Formats: sequence, C-alpha cells, structure tokens
Amino acid sequence: MATKHPFAEYIEYEFKEEEAGFGVPYLVPDSQRTHKDGSAPGGDPIERVGAGLVVIGVVALLVQLVSGAMVGSWVGFSLSFGFPALGASLYFWAKYRHTAPGIKNDGLFFKGSTARGTIGWMVGVGLTTFYCLLYWYPEVLRDSGLVAITDPIAIALTGRPGDHWFVYGLLYTLCVGVFGIRMLMRYRHNRYHIVRTISVMFFQMAFGFLIPSLLKLIEEPEFYFTTFWPLNRYYLLPGENGMAWTATEAAGQVGVYMLLFAGAMTFLGTPILTYFYGKRWYCSWVCGCGGLAETLGDPYRHLSDKSTKAWKLERFLIYFVLAFIILVTAALWINHTRGGDVLGGYTYQVQKAYGFWIGSMFAGVAGVGFYPIFGSRVWCRFGCPQAAILGILQRVFSRFRITTNGGQCISCGNCSTYCEMGIDVRAYAQRGENIVRASCVGCGVCAAVCPRGVLKLENGSSVLLEERYTS
Amino acid sequence: MHITIVGNGVTGVSAALRLRELQPDWKITMISGESDYHYSRPALMYIFMGHMRYKDTKPYEDSFWDEQRIDLVRGWVTEIDAEGHSLQMHDGGAICYDRLLLATGAESNKFGWPGQDLVGVQGLYSLMDLKKLYANVEGASRGVIVGGGLIGIELAEMLHSRGIEVTLLVRESSYWDNVLPKEESELVTRQIRRAGMDLRLESELKEVLDDGHGRACGVLASKLGSATSERIDCSVVGLTAGVHPNTTLASGNGIECGRGILVDRTLKTHSPDIWAAGDCAEIENPGEELNWIQQVWYTGKAQGKLAAESMAGGTEAYDPGIWFNSAKFVDLEYQTYGQVGFRLPGEEHLLWQDEESSRLFRIVHVAGVVVGFNAMGMRWRHRVCERWIAEKWPVERVLADLKDAGFDPEFFTRFESEIASTMGRVGSGVRS
Repeated sequence: MATKHPFAEYIEYEFKEEEAGFGVPYLVPDSQRTHKDGSAPGGDPIERVGAGLVVIGVVALLVQLVSGAMVGSWVGFSLSFGFPALGASLYFWAKYRHTAPGIKNDGLFFKGSTARGTIGWMVGVGLTTFYCLLYWYPEVLRDSGLVAITDPIAIALTGRPGDHWFVYGLLYTLCVGVFGIRMLMRYRHNRYHIVRTISVMFFQMAFGFLIPSLLKLIEEPEFYFTTFWPLNRYYLLPGENGMAWTATEAAGQVGVYMLLFAGAMTFLGTPILTYFYGKRWYCSWVCGCGGLAETLGDPYRHLSDKSTKAWKLERFLIYFVLAFIILVTAALWINHTRGGDVLGGYTYQVQKAYGFWIGSMFAGVAGVGFYPIFGSRVWCRFGCPQAAILGILQRVFSRFRITTNGGQCISCGNCSTYCEMGIDVRAYAQRGENIVRASCVGCGVCAAVCPRGVLKLENGSSVLLEERYTS
Repeated sequence: MHITIVGNGVTGVSAALRLRELQPDWKITMISGESDYHYSRPALMYIFMGHMRYKDTKPYEDSFWDEQRIDLVRGWVTEIDAEGHSLQMHDGGAICYDRLLLATGAESNKFGWPGQDLVGVQGLYSLMDLKKLYANVEGASRGVIVGGGLIGIELAEMLHSRGIEVTLLVRESSYWDNVLPKEESELVTRQIRRAGMDLRLESELKEVLDDGHGRACGVLASKLGSATSERIDCSVVGLTAGVHPNTTLASGNGIECGRGILVDRTLKTHSPDIWAAGDCAEIENPGEELNWIQQVWYTGKAQGKLAAESMAGGTEAYDPGIWFNSAKFVDLEYQTYGQVGFRLPGEEHLLWQDEESSRLFRIVHVAGVVVGFNAMGMRWRHRVCERWIAEKWPVERVLADLKDAGFDPEFFTRFESEIASTMGRVGSGVRS
C-alpha cells in the first residue's frame, strides 16, 4: 500500500453515524464573542431587568409561603405573581427584539432545556408534581398559603376567596400570556403565527379565565363558552354529574341558554366550522389546551415522536378515549332516564374512572407534565376526544389541507421535526402530495420552517385552482 | 435480475424505489460507504446548527428498506469488473450485478490553491465533510469561506450559528451574480452583511497558510487583479466554489467519462449494463451545444427515476422539463422558475420590489411571452408558474391571473395586484 489509493480518504472514514450521532459542535464562549444574535455583548439591559423581576417574584413567593407575611394582600399578590409574569414577558421581548425576524431554531437540539437534558427533566418533574398536587392533594396548595396569596384577585373577579382551581386558571392564563409573547417575538416575521397566537391568548384570557370568573361574581353558572362535549363532558351529562343540573334547577334561564349553546357547538358549530377551516379553528386558535401547547409548549414541539409506531398508538388511544366518553355519556343518560335502576352505582364508578384516568392523568399529568419529554401535544394527539371528533371531520369532509408546492421539496425534514403532532409531513411533501391528516391542528409551523417554500395551509379556496393547473 | 446501485443519495434511492414499483421481483442492492441509510444531503446544515438530529434527516424509517426488499450494503466500491459483472469492495468482499447504476454524486471543486489539502480545509457535500467540520471548528474563532454559491452561504450560516466569525471571499462583484440578476444578488449581499458576516466581493484566495504542522492557520486573500494580498487568520477554510461529478470509480475502471460519467439520454453509459445518473452524470446531448450536468435535488430525483425505468427496459429519453429551484439565504427565501439569467436573445425583464426591498418578483419574457420568474421573500406556486411557461402565456395574461400563483401563508400581505399594476404600466410603456 505504498501508493495512495484513490479511495484512501473515503475508506478511512469509518464513522458510525447511527450509533454515535454527531453531537454538539464547538460553540464560541460568550466572553470571546464580538456579536451575539445582533445584540450588544452581555445582552440587553432590559433582558436583565426582566430576569431580575422574575427572581424578586420567586423570592417574594417563597417568603410569603414560609413566613405568611403579606399573604392575601395586593402587594403580596403583585410581587409573587405580577413580577414574574411581567419580568418573563420583558425578558422574552428583550431577548428576541435584536434578532433578525426569521426562524430561530439554532441549537435547539443541543440545549438541555429543549433536548431532554437535565433542565428539561427538571421542568417535566416540576410540572408533573404540580398537576399531582392539583388533582389529588389540593390541600397542600391550600395549606401552603399559595391559594390565599391569590385571594385579592379572586375576590375582585369572582366575589369570593380563591380555591386551587382558581390558582390553576390564573397560572395557566399567565403562562399562555407570557409564553405567547415569546411566541409572538419568535415568529414576528409571520403574520399567520401572530394572528393565531393573539387568538389563543385572547380566548384563554377572556373565555378561559375572565368570563367564567365574572359569571361567578354575578352568581351565574361558571360557564366556559369555548369548551364543549366531549372535551368538557359535563355539558352533556345528565343529572347532578353534569351541567344539566344547572339548567334544570338552580341556574334558571341563563343556564338553559348556556346549555343550548354548548349543545349547538357540539352538534352544529363543530362540524360547520371544521368543514370550512379544518380542526385548527379550534385546536390551535381557540382551545385552552391548544393555547398552552402553542405557547408554553412551543419550546418542546420538536420532541414529538414521528415514528409509524407512535402513529399506530395514536390512532388506537384517541379513538379508545372517544369510545370511552361516548359510553360514559350514554350510560349516564340511560341510567338517568330509567331512574337509576339499570346500571345503578356503576355509572358513577365509570364516570369517576374516566375523570381519574383521562381527565386528570392523561390530560393534565401526562399531557402537560411531559411537555419537555414527549413534546407539547401529548394529550391533543393521543387522548383528546374533541380532537378525535374534529380529526374525523377533518379527514372525511373538511376543505382544509396543507398544499405541497410542486416538486420543490428537498426532504430536509424540518416540517416533520417541528410538527408537534408527530406527523411525518415530509413523507407527503417529498412525493408532491397534499397533507390531509386527522391529527393536524393547523399550527402552520411546518410551512414556516420549510426552507424552500413548499407548504401552505389552505381552506380549499385553491383546490379548483390546483386542478386547473395540474393536468 | 439483480440490480445494484452505487450510492444511496436521492438519485440512488429514487432509482431503487421506482425499480421496486416496476419490478416487484427483482433483487435490488444499494451500496453506500457514507451512511447506513439514506439521509437528505441538503439537511446537513441543520444537524450542525442544532435544528435537527442526524436521524431526523432520514426521509424514510429504517424498517422501510426491509419492507421494500431493498438490500443495503455499507462499504466502498473500489473496483468495477464490467465484464465479470461484479464489484470489488474495500473490505475484500465482492458484489455481483446484472445491471449497475452509478449514482456516486459530486465532489467539491478545488482549483489548485496552495495549501488546499491542509487539515482544516474542506468542502461541504457529505457526512464525511460534516464530520470533518465538527473537528475543524474546535476552538475556531474565524472561518474563511471561498466561493459564493448556495453551499457557501449555508456553511457561513452554520459557522455563524456557533459564534464563529465568518469571512466570505467571492470573486463576483455581487453575491452569486453569475446566476442571480443584479437586484436579487444585491438583496442577498445585503442579507449576508446584515447577518454580521464579513463579505468580501471581487476577492480571491491566493493561498491557505500552513501552521507548520500541516494544519491551516490562515489564508492569503487579495482583491481581483491586485498584487498585494492580505492575511486572514482562521482555523477552518470552506471551499464552496461549486462541485464537480465524482467520476473516480467510473474513470478508474474504464467507463467513459468527460467532465462526468458520460451517458446517453436514457442514462446508459458506454459500458454494457451500466447506467449513471444524478450529480455524477454527464448527459450527452447530440445536436445541442452543451452536455447536461445537472446537480440539484429534483434533477437527481428525476434522473434516478428515469434510470430505473431505463434499466427495466424503458426507452424514454431524459427531459429535464422546465427548470426550477429554490434556496434560503439566511432568512431570505428564493424561488426560481424557468429561464432567468440565461441571457436569451431578445429577453426583457419586468421587475417589482417592495419599499423596504425585502421582496422581489421578476418576470423574464421574450417578445411578450413569459419564459421565467424569480421571487425573493415571497413564495409562488410551482405548478402554476410552470404551466404559464410551458403554455407560453403572454405577459398580460400572466399579470391578469397573477393571484393564482401566490403561495405565501394566510394573513400575509398580498402583493399580486400591486405587482400586476406596476408591471402592467411599465410593460405597456416599454412595448409602445
């Protein structure tokens, strides 16, 4: 082997990309950099102010929980809830404002927080713990003083001291708001994302939080206009388990209208809107779960599983949950109309099982708690019965689909990677096929991250056009 | 029948999948020394930038190849025995074939610069190059990129995303202006500078400097035509002045090559039972001035598919169709359809740019008939633009129907009517 083989350089290459992966390339330390994402070295001062406010807020919260001082006062509430929310909003605004508008996914798979590293796991464990306390040990939240800290705003909005559900609603709304600002800054080059993010922020703030609170204040039923059966099972359940109770007895006329609205949304509004706009009108524009996924969950959207296996599991689980809730509803109604002599106590057991396993474990603990591990749409993809119905409608008769732009796809995989629902978008795009999948929530991120302008969300306005031009 | 394919890039894979459709019973073997499974070459940059992991760049699940009954072999082919219909592998093994497809891709151009083979100097085409880059950037504070094209700017973006300063040496007076018209080129030039990269136009590489241990420690660069050169310290040098067909295997084994592996319009080489397609192929084009060497994604795909049909007995000649391509320069998207920058006799241009000049649309026409479109910062429908060109639509008709071609996301400001009215005014002015 004295002469250099023409393939020597190739043959020497024995890297096993499958086992080893490529790892993290060298990053120039901040201290040695002359630029950092367009901002001055050391970062924006407002970024630091924001971070400072968050720290002050967390300290104030701990002080109140430990000492009990200021608990129940507006000062205490503003310090421990207002400061972190304001600070985090400022932080995200300042962090992104110097960067050029465009896709910002640099290093996402290198950071522990967004690539299942230590920080990711810590956030996951933290969220999961919070949900466990919320569902099964609410007294911990109450006795620690956390609930009492929110009393001033709870009294102002609902006319009574808060409970753990009020704290949850407040935190949820603040998260959608703060991370909504993050989302708005990250995608400020893209009007679809701006409008959609403002929409989820608005629906959470108004219909997911303020309106139900104010309804309580004026002694009307705490009604959520943007949740319907089956996601909100109560609205179509009979008797004391459901909303029907509010309509028939104590709540009177208003309750009847509310029930009519909920029923109309389930049986008329949902199919009609889905026909025109796809399931996205709900899942990524209105829904609270979707709103949280699109804001707080955005840093984790690429962690969804894209394998065929996951798709199979998805189809089994989501239709299982749908069947489950239909059976629960049917059983309760049969039992109700027959005066409880058919299934007796079993219906209560079944309804309770659904509440525990699906409502709490799946939607809350796994759905949100596992954001940093399995991505932001675990519940929406594998469990939500509302999504199942919307998905069937979308797959079968909606005008919505994602159009693939001719032959421009280069199979790079950005679309599939950033699909929070784990759809292998590329599999369709590289064959030049349009994407019509039951699970697609129409978030539009696949189209935004595509470097070749291949994907476009459409409501069928151009179906005829496509046909006209593709002979 | 046993078909063996050398190369698992998009051309090899397109051929394998098409063959499987055509011939469910044939044995198909696909060989690659580069990777166990097919991955998307244009996605190399996203691995380095942390947008995706390597496994996310694989367009098919690993189990897919078994399902398709396509045998994958990892290894380098070192010799072709055309008479004996067998391939010699680097590890001593041999693989037989009845028909062979060479889809060996391309290699980065090196123009005989002193020091071009030093450690730290590299192109960006393959996983080998990516692996090299990981080693080469270790501790780097500056990289110099030589040659301005699509890969040059990708490599620049990659280094920049890791905090490494970038200097681009480009011979042209404006970025990629041998392909892009002046205004498009200016937009790209501005994008690069705005991103904080040091773009040096009308500059060329003189020499890569050796640190005494066989490693690059800087370059000497000079303005075109200038005798004095400037030293730029850097530890990584990217050579991105285009690629050329990888013919090492073919030419070393008696398969006729020109600049690429010579094939006829059915992608058959001059050797019996051997075909070639994709980046490595040079398609002979009797009656035309130049042979075709096409090295973009869709031509690789199309040629792979046609080679499969040809190997299965088809006689259809390769038709490249109406040219198109797209790219992204940092945050600026670019799409092109038809013949822009081809300098056709009698061609005229209609140009629209928005006020902040972050968007651009160009129509090229010959005697009022559209032949090409360029777009920057906007997305346009491929099938619509293609149809307009294929059916030789007059400019007026295109402008009247311009809305049909817009592909920007919902809620984006639409510029079709503004474009149509601006161009309509100018257009009629020019002709009258």
